[in-house]
Amino acid sequence: MSSTTIDTESPDLLAANVGFLEFEAPLARIHNDIEQMRREARESGRDLTADVARQAKRFGQTIRKLYASLSPWETVQVARHPKRPLVPDYIQRIFRDFCELHGDRLHGDDHAIITGFARLGGHKVMLVGHNKGRDLKERIKCNFGCAHPEGYRKALAKMKLAEKFGLPVVCLIDTQGAYPGVGAEERGIASAIAVNLFEMSRLRTPIVCAVIGEGGSGGALGIGVGDRVAMFQHSFYSVISPEGCAAILWKTGEKAKQAAEALNLTSKSLKALNLIDHIIPEPAGGAHRFPDQAAANLEACLCDALRDLKRLKIETILKRRYDRLRHIGGFFSSAQEEVRIAASQAVRTVRRAAAPRLTGRLASRRATSLPAAAHAG
Amino acid sequence: MAGEPTEKAEMSSVSERRAGVPAGLWTRCQKCGQMVYEKEVAEALNVCPSCGFHRRVDARTRIRQLVDPESFEEFAADLQTVDPLEFKDRIPYKERIREEQEKTGEKDAVIVGRAFIRGRAVVLAVMNPGFIMASMGAVVGEKITRAIEKGADENLPVILVTASGGARMQEGMVSLVQMAKTSAALARLHDAGGLCIVVATDPTTAGVAASFASLGDVIVAEPGAMIGFAGPRVIANTIKAELPEGFQTAEFMLEHGFVDRIVARGELRKELARLIDYCGK
Ligand SMILES: [Zn+2]
Repeated sequence: MSSTTIDTESPDLLAANVGFLEFEAPLARIHNDIEQMRREARESGRDLTADVARQAKRFGQTIRKLYASLSPWETVQVARHPKRPLVPDYIQRIFRDFCELHGDRLHGDDHAIITGFARLGGHKVMLVGHNKGRDLKERIKCNFGCAHPEGYRKALAKMKLAEKFGLPVVCLIDTQGAYPGVGAEERGIASAIAVNLFEMSRLRTPIVCAVIGEGGSGGALGIGVGDRVAMFQHSFYSVISPEGCAAILWKTGEKAKQAAEALNLTSKSLKALNLIDHIIPEPAGGAHRFPDQAAANLEACLCDALRDLKRLKIETILKRRYDRLRHIGGFFSSAQEEVRIAASQAVRTVRRAAAPRLTGRLASRRATSLPAAAHAG
Repeated sequence: MAGEPTEKAEMSSVSERRAGVPAGLWTRCQKCGQMVYEKEVAEALNVCPSCGFHRRVDARTRIRQLVDPESFEEFAADLQTVDPLEFKDRIPYKERIREEQEKTGEKDAVIVGRAFIRGRAVVLAVMNPGFIMASMGAVVGEKITRAIEKGADENLPVILVTASGGARMQEGMVSLVQMAKTSAALARLHDAGGLCIVVATDPTTAGVAASFASLGDVIVAEPGAMIGFAGPRVIANTIKAELPEGFQTAEFMLEHGFVDRIVARGELRKELARLIDYCGK
C-alpha cells in the first residue's frame, strides 16, 4: 500500500497474535525459516544475522505482494479475520469521549448494534455501528454482530436524536447480516430494516457510512444509506454471503470461492461499478496487523467526508442523497432511451435527462472499469 | 364499477390459456388435496373452491383480475437488465434471463402501469412470481421507483402488488441498492402526501419484504401468503429447532402487527377502492 509507511519487514511483529490465513502460507513458511535460523544460531553459535535479515526482507516483499492483489475469496477471509478491528477498537482509537446510548424505547437493548455520541476529529457525531464481539462470551451477547429489529430501531432512534440536534451520523458496518431467528421475524425485522432505509433517505443531517469488515446484505444496508459510502480496502459488501450464493446457485457451499468472484463484492469492484464512493486504504498485511494505522486511515476518510458535507446546505445534501440512490443502481437498457440518447446527442439540447446515466454511462463504464474490476481477483 | 361476473368470465379464459391447462380438466389442490375443476378455480380468481387456497398468479392475470377491463396502460415496458456483473454460475445470467423471458413473455419480473380500479385512477405495479421468483434486480427496482415517482408526480395512489424471493443475486450489490432506492422513492411520495397501498402476495420475502413491501401506508395481504425476511430453512438451522406452526404467513404477520388486513382475492378490488376513498385520493 502506497499510503502507509509501516515497516512490513518485522516478521515477529506481523505473526504476533494474528497467525496466518490459508493464503498466507508463503508468509508462514518464511516465518518458520526465520525461527529455525534463530534456533540454529543459538544452538550452534553461528552468526546468521545476515540470513535472518534477508529472510525478513523477503517476508516484507511477500506480504506487500500478497496484499496488493487479494482475490475476492481471500478478501472475504481477511474481512472476517477474528483479530480484525471491530467498532469498539475504533472507538478506543479515534472516537473520543464516547457516550453510549442504549435505549430503543420499544423492546430491549440489542448489543449487536452500538450507538452513542462521540467526538471524531473536530466533529461531534452520532456513532452507529455493528459489534461482532471479541471473545466468545461477548460474541454470544452480541449475536456475532447479527442485529435484531430492536438494534435497527435503536439505530434509527439515535439518528433522529442526531437530526434534532444537528449532529452528523457516522455508521460503521460490520455484520454477516440481520439475525435469522423466530423473535426477529415476530418483531418485524423486515419492517425495521425497511423503515431505516426510508428514514435514512430523508434524515435531515449528513450521514457517512463505512464498511469496516463484513457488509452482509440487508443487515448491513439497514444502517448503510448515506451521503458517502466508503469501504476498507479489504472489507467486502455483498447481497448474499458467498457460501449462501454458492448453496443456491451452484447447489453446493463448496463453490463459495467462485461465488465470491462472481458477486463483485470487493471494494475495488464496487468502486468500479460506482456503488461506493471511497476505498479506505489498509496497511499491507491488513487492518488486523496494524489496527492503529487502519484507524488513522478511517478517521481521515470520515473527517474528509464530514468536512465536505458540513459545507453544504441540508437541502442540497438531501437532494444529492436521493439522486445518488436514484442513479447508482441504474443498470438497465431500454430501446426508447437509446433513441432518446441518440436524439439528444444530435440536437445537443436535452442532455443529462434520465437516459444518459443508464445506457450511456454504463456503456463507457463497461468498456473501462469492469476489466479493471476483473483484475482485482 | 359493476360487471364483476363478466370480468371473471373473461379472466378465467385468460388464466386458463396462461396456465396451459385445458378447460374442463380436473386437478388436485396442492393445499387440501381435493380434486378441483380447473374452470371453477379460474372463475374463482385462482383460488381453490374447496379450501380457499390462493394459488400464485402471473402478473398479467393478476392485472386482469384487479383493474377495470381494458384500463391498464403499461409504461417502462421495455427495460431490460444489462447483466452488470456479467454473472455466471452454472449457466450465464444472460442465458437464464433469455430463458425466463421466453417462458413468461415478459422482459423482467414486474409490470407497471396506470389503471383504473372501480373507476379510481391508480398507478399499479405487479410482481411476477414466475420470473426468477420475482427477484429484484436493477429493472425491478427502477420500474417500482418509476411507478412510485409517477404516483407522486400525478397525485395518484400507488398500488404495489408484491411477490418476491428477494434481491437478485446475479446482480450482486446492484440489486441490494434497489432496496434503498425504492424506499427513498416511497419517502418522497410520503412527504408529498401520496398514498401507497401494498398488497403482499405469496411469497413476499427478504430484500423486497425489507424495503417497499413493508412501507405501504396500508399493508394488506392475501390469506396464507408467505411473508418474512429470512428463509425458514436458514432460521431452522440457526435456532436448531422446529419453526412454530404458521410461521411467516400473512396471518402470523397480522398477529404480530406488520399487516393491516388480510383480504381474500375476490375482495381485493372492492377493498382497494374503499381504502383509496378513505384516504381521499
Ligand atoms: Zn384446496
